[in-house]
Amino acid sequence: MNVMAPLALIGRSVLTLLASVGRISLYMLDAFSHMLRPPFYPREFLNALLNIGWLSLPVVGLTAIFTGGALALQIYSGGARFNAEAVVPQIVAIGMVRELGPVLVGLMIAARVTSSIAAEIATMKVTEQIDALVTLSTHPMKYLTAPRLLAALITVPALVAVGDVIGIAGGYTVATQNLGFNPVVYLKNTVDFLEPLDIISSLVKGAAFGGIAALMGCYYGMNSGRGAQGVGRATKSSVEAAAVLILAANFVLTGVFFSV
Amino acid sequence: MIRLENVHKAFGSNRVLRDMTLEIPQGSSMVIIGGSGTGKSVALKCVLGLIQPDSGKIFVDGTETGTGDRDAFLARFGMLFQGGALFDSLPVWQNVAFRLLRGSLKRPADEAREIAMEKLRRVGLKPQVADLFPAELSGGMQKRVGLARAIAAEPEIIFFDEPTAGLDPIMAGVINELIREIVVEMGATAMTITHDMSSVRAIADNVAMLHGGVIQWTGPVAEMDASSDPYLDQFIQGRAEGPIEAVR
Ligand SMILES: Nc1ncnc2c1ncn2[C@@H]1O[C@H](COP(=O)(O)OP(=O)(O)OP(=O)(O)O)[C@@H](O)[C@H]1O
Ligand SMILES: [Mg+2]
Repeated sequence: MNVMAPLALIGRSVLTLLASVGRISLYMLDAFSHMLRPPFYPREFLNALLNIGWLSLPVVGLTAIFTGGALALQIYSGGARFNAEAVVPQIVAIGMVRELGPVLVGLMIAARVTSSIAAEIATMKVTEQIDALVTLSTHPMKYLTAPRLLAALITVPALVAVGDVIGIAGGYTVATQNLGFNPVVYLKNTVDFLEPLDIISSLVKGAAFGGIAALMGCYYGMNSGRGAQGVGRATKSSVEAAAVLILAANFVLTGVFFSV
Repeated sequence: MIRLENVHKAFGSNRVLRDMTLEIPQGSSMVIIGGSGTGKSVALKCVLGLIQPDSGKIFVDGTETGTGDRDAFLARFGMLFQGGALFDSLPVWQNVAFRLLRGSLKRPADEAREIAMEKLRRVGLKPQVADLFPAELSGGMQKRVGLARAIAAEPEIIFFDEPTAGLDPIMAGVINELIREIVVEMGATAMTITHDMSSVRAIADNVAMLHGGVIQWTGPVAEMDASSDPYLDQFIQGRAEGPIEAVR
């Protein structure tokens, strides 16, 4: 009995994990199917575009510019150890576009958008607003989830593109102002080095991470427990799940794009 | 006509409805009374399909709920939630006109707004309220906005969960009259939950008392006072002593 207890515990947690993976996958399929079928709610969609896309620009820009700048400093000092300081523009470009741009924007969106979606929907759930929606013949999946999902799928790649550019600009500023790089050569090296696949992978990652961020917010919000505590727990779980899933998806997508 | 047949519902070990059977005739007003936490709100939500009963059947006009087109089914209902359940992202008038602004009952926005203003007037709210947000209203005002939303699309069946809770006596009188009017003039079927015995007398054709998960007593409102049921008697007299244990 005592010997088996830890095993039983592991078994139970694995089962719980598998069950929630299953539920979340079903929820994703359901969300996509509702996104594609009418009725559509354009006003909700425009609101979501504004909240997820436009209002995230400042935080995305700040994240990207500091990261690009730090990246340039790191590569310069690291590269100096084997006389490779000159690779700063290429590594900043590839590092930002392929990896840091999408991942950091994704995580920022998880922090900013997933949490707010989860808290908003969870509050609606505990104050019976979701029940009210249903009785007013409006499907919560179509009215709440679908517009946010679609908006995230569209705007997060755009945010990632903006983040990539600003990140490279951050690296450029540091490199040309502090590290003595020639501005023209820096830009030429950046542009020549990047390949279309780098950029495509960046945008695809952006769409995937945006989708994850929106869906986790909606899923945990809709499944919130009762009361203020339920809202708090839903918000916390949604951000955790979004962040972990974004990092996992990043690993998988990087493998898909670049492992050959 | 709404009919609940042997409905059971438990939340974990908390057995809330234990074999509830009740019939509400077409075009009549049923008031459900009963102690706090006896499952009155749960019963309404079961009829609407917001909560799935564990067993038992619910019929609306002879068709079992949960079968057939859910949109068409819900389009016949209006519901006032106990907590109001207003959408706090929308101004008051859009809350009231929610159903009229989208879906199968959609109509032009200015027409929908006009209807919303008329319903707000009927629940005793001033036109200025229309452009405020729910969070800017008092509790009783929110309740009345919820009421206006429930009746906005002139549904055939209306559920009111404590429509007069939190209202002053005069406003409660106005709301009681409004509910009575909706049943008499529009021929709607109404199911109202209330703790206010003067509301019961003003609104009800029939009364049902829920206690211990079953309908303890049901009958026409006129027979309520003469009933010899000790539970009902204790409830309408508001006595602390009796078969219903007040201190749990
Ligand atoms: N979603 C839910 N999950 C768990 N328990 C619930 C849920 N909804 C209601 N309950 C429980 O069911 C019981 C009945 O709740 P209900 O809201 O129907 O009471 P009520 O008769 O409407 O009381 P009141 O007059 O105070 O509104 C309560 O014990 C409540 O804790
Ligand atoms: Mg209740």
